[in-house]
Amino acid sequence: MTVPTPPAVVPDPPARTVRAVRPALRVHGFSTVLRISALLIIAVLIAVLLALFALDIATGDFQIPLGRVLDVLTGGGSRAQRFVIMDSRLPRALTAVVVGAALGLAGAITQSILHNPLASPDILGITTGASCGAVAVMVGTGGTATGVAAALGVPAAALAGGLLTAIVIYLLAWGRTTTGDSGVMGFRLVLIGIGVNAALLSVVSWQLTRATLSDAAHAQLWLTGSLDRSDWSTLVPAALGLAVTLVVAAVSARTLAALRFGTDTTRVLGVRIQTQQAILLAAAVIAAALATAAAGPLGFVGLAAPQIARRLLRTPGEPIIASTLVGAISVVGADLISRTIFPIDVPVGVITAGVGGPFLLYLLVRTNRKATL
Amino acid sequence: MPAVATTRRRRLTGLVLLAALLVCAVIASIALGSRSLPLAAVFDALTCPAGLPLSCPADGTAGQIVRELRLPRTGLALITGLALGMAGALIQGYTRNPLADAGLLGINAGAAFLAVLSIHLFALTAPAQFIWFAFAGALIAGAVVFGVSAIGGGKASPLSLVLAGAAVTAFLQAMTNVVVLLDQTALNSYRYWVVGDVAGHDASVFRQVLPFLILGAMLALIAAPGLNLLGLGDDVARGLGVKLGRSRALGLASVVLLAGGATAAVGPIAFLGLIVPHLARSITGPDYRWLVPYSGLLGAIVLLLADTTGRLIARPGELQAGFTLAALGAPFFILLVRRRKLVSL
Repeated sequence: MTVPTPPAVVPDPPARTVRAVRPALRVHGFSTVLRISALLIIAVLIAVLLALFALDIATGDFQIPLGRVLDVLTGGGSRAQRFVIMDSRLPRALTAVVVGAALGLAGAITQSILHNPLASPDILGITTGASCGAVAVMVGTGGTATGVAAALGVPAAALAGGLLTAIVIYLLAWGRTTTGDSGVMGFRLVLIGIGVNAALLSVVSWQLTRATLSDAAHAQLWLTGSLDRSDWSTLVPAALGLAVTLVVAAVSARTLAALRFGTDTTRVLGVRIQTQQAILLAAAVIAAALATAAAGPLGFVGLAAPQIARRLLRTPGEPIIASTLVGAISVVGADLISRTIFPIDVPVGVITAGVGGPFLLYLLVRTNRKATL
Repeated sequence: MPAVATTRRRRLTGLVLLAALLVCAVIASIALGSRSLPLAAVFDALTCPAGLPLSCPADGTAGQIVRELRLPRTGLALITGLALGMAGALIQGYTRNPLADAGLLGINAGAAFLAVLSIHLFALTAPAQFIWFAFAGALIAGAVVFGVSAIGGGKASPLSLVLAGAAVTAFLQAMTNVVVLLDQTALNSYRYWVVGDVAGHDASVFRQVLPFLILGAMLALIAAPGLNLLGLGDDVARGLGVKLGRSRALGLASVVLLAGGATAAVGPIAFLGLIVPHLARSITGPDYRWLVPYSGLLGAIVLLLADTTGRLIARPGELQAGFTLAALGAPFFILLVRRRKLVSL
């Protein structure tokens, strides 16, 4: 697929980023060019996320003034306010942040090292694999997941399904690369992921036809993506997954930047591709599977957040920090919308896809106009 | 030019073999099932005029099974397989993406959404009633995807086409979820439709989609020669006098008629439109004038065999064709990807 690049030729950065002198940041051999505009945008994203998070906690049937929220979080407030916030709103809002951040981060990692805007965990079949496991428990336990076994079983089964799918895809994609070594090529991995995803989707549909109508309805709600059942117990595993992946991404920041130039160039730059790629992919899979276990397969966040971040920052690759923030903002924002605007309880997955889809279309129209895609 | 002669001979031999295979697949589909029928009974039932039961020697259960269950089912598998195969070849040609299919362009999601919405709003129950809505949904979704990716400069690049397809699919899927969460009746119809099944439809569905599929197939044959030029790249094609906009509009119309009609009738069938063009290409080479009709023939054969297999392996119950096809298609697809030289378009 790729023609080996001669060692002397390093791809030119796009014209708009080339300027005379830029301030640079160097810490222990890690160095990056500071772009003031990018830092500004990231600061704005953080501010937006904090504002939405506070609103998400304050809003609901039992309205709490924004000023009181801070009181309660620092230990004050009335008993009723403490109960509502600490037992229900805070874990739910935190789950939204963590799930969105994990999906955005996982999407940014997979898209940048596999060089394909479609290579997000949902397209690759990771989240569908997690769904297969979860739906098997929901339909198989016969109940509407009220028992303790079912409540414990769904997240565990989702995690197992996601990890198993990722391992299968990785093993199937293992083979001879263009340079003649053994390894995994991003291109092949994406294609096999698409195929496995289609097969798994049909397994999920088939499971739904075997279920009773009420089990099917329950599974369908989970498959749409919902934060209704989130509490501290769903939050912890997802937060762990996000933390692990953030650490891996921070440690491999240099590799990630190099991998964007393509496997051959990366090799020339002295990076051990297969090991690094496998570690990064594993981290992304864990983040995506644990996020799915917490809130269901929230489609589209992993695909769209990095693309949105890329266009906001106007970078050639998918920016890691900004993608994570955009992912978190979209899910918290979606949770806020789903609980305020509609008279009925609309699952959060409907909002992320319902808003994200048209937004990606808008971005496409805009970039097409400028003919720079 | 011996190479040209060899290719032509291979194409003609392939055509004869495929036609024979198709006949075998049709007979197998009529004869085999939870109750297998002797070939003589199949033949009698087929040659016996349906309106005159008294003159039929082998009437009774066998004749009834053949005429009321197996024939409509076989006919539907035949025409939808043909349509999905041809549509697959066209979509891959227009997107220059060897892995494109109707699902990627939002056609399945569009059909599902309007079908579910009409079931919810008008309390429809039979596929014959909501097929028109599914069809309209496929048409609108396909037009939006092509339209969005073509805005600005009038060119629909393969990448923006696929991204637009993903965006439209995600949006429509979310809207479908809203409806089925609100309405258990719609969920019940939807969960059986979405697995993709050629069984359980009466003959009226066949008659409803047939005219659209015929029209779509004719447009596909007209569009095929232009695809050979489009494969050379937009600029070269324009230089050779291809009107890009008109050519894409023709392609869109035929893809929507074929894939939209078939999906509306039997539900989304994964892998068929994806795999069949690759099989066909190994016989015909890259010439779309041959590739498109070959893909149609192969699509019909593969769907018929998948449906028959699903009836045989799960006796006395049966597996839906969509599921059988996924179980057979996924390994094949992975083999295809793993082959060292993947066809690039």
